[in-house]
Amino acid sequence: MNITDFFLFGILPLLGLAVLLLFIRFLIGPSLADRVIALDLMITVGIGIIVVYSIINDQPTFMDIAMILALIAFLGTLSFSYYLKQKAREDE
Amino acid sequence: MSDFIIALLSTLGTLFILLAALGMLRMPDFYLRVSVATKGGSLGVGLILIAAAIYFSDFGMTTRALAILFFILITAPVSAHLLGRVAYLSKIELWEKTSRDDLRGKYEREKLELKGKKRETEEDEEESSENDPS
Repeated sequence: MNITDFFLFGILPLLGLAVLLLFIRFLIGPSLADRVIALDLMITVGIGIIVVYSIINDQPTFMDIAMILALIAFLGTLSFSYYLKQKAREDE
Repeated sequence: MSDFIIALLSTLGTLFILLAALGMLRMPDFYLRVSVATKGGSLGVGLILIAAAIYFSDFGMTTRALAILFFILITAPVSAHLLGRVAYLSKIELWEKTSRDDLRGKYEREKLELKGKKRETEEDEEESSENDPS
């Protein structure tokens, strides 16, 4: 069995299943903070999916996109936490 | 041999990511979910990135994979800490079976900061002395 086939049929469906489970938490999350942390982990799993995809297609260029995605995920979580803090300050 | 190492590392990373996703779905509390998401997610993606670095075995690709890994390891605890602090401040409930809460009663809710913190300016000292006669 080729290593590419292993990535295509073994690793990639499991990562997709992980994104699906996280999306359920994203939908039913009781508070906004639950949704934010689910979205953060979804983007982190997305980085893993991009890396596996670049291994399957033997295209090393996709790793740059994974780096940009990591940066955007951190900025998104940062701004969401700032928003939640301002909202908590207003509620007092 | 190299293929075996790549397959082993990526399988371990995928299992960690899957366990993190399952924990996000099953854990009863926001704080437990944050803990699961941060540790499991960064470890799983880190293992997959190391597998990619071994697969390409090129200097540029190894540097890129290690840069992404370093960035994730730097930013995941920071974002988890920010979200956990904000969640505690906005009074998201702890699990009812949580046995100890070290921060109970130690936050001044009005100022959103810890009690007993040093005041920087004189205005704050005057305000605090007005509010607190002792």
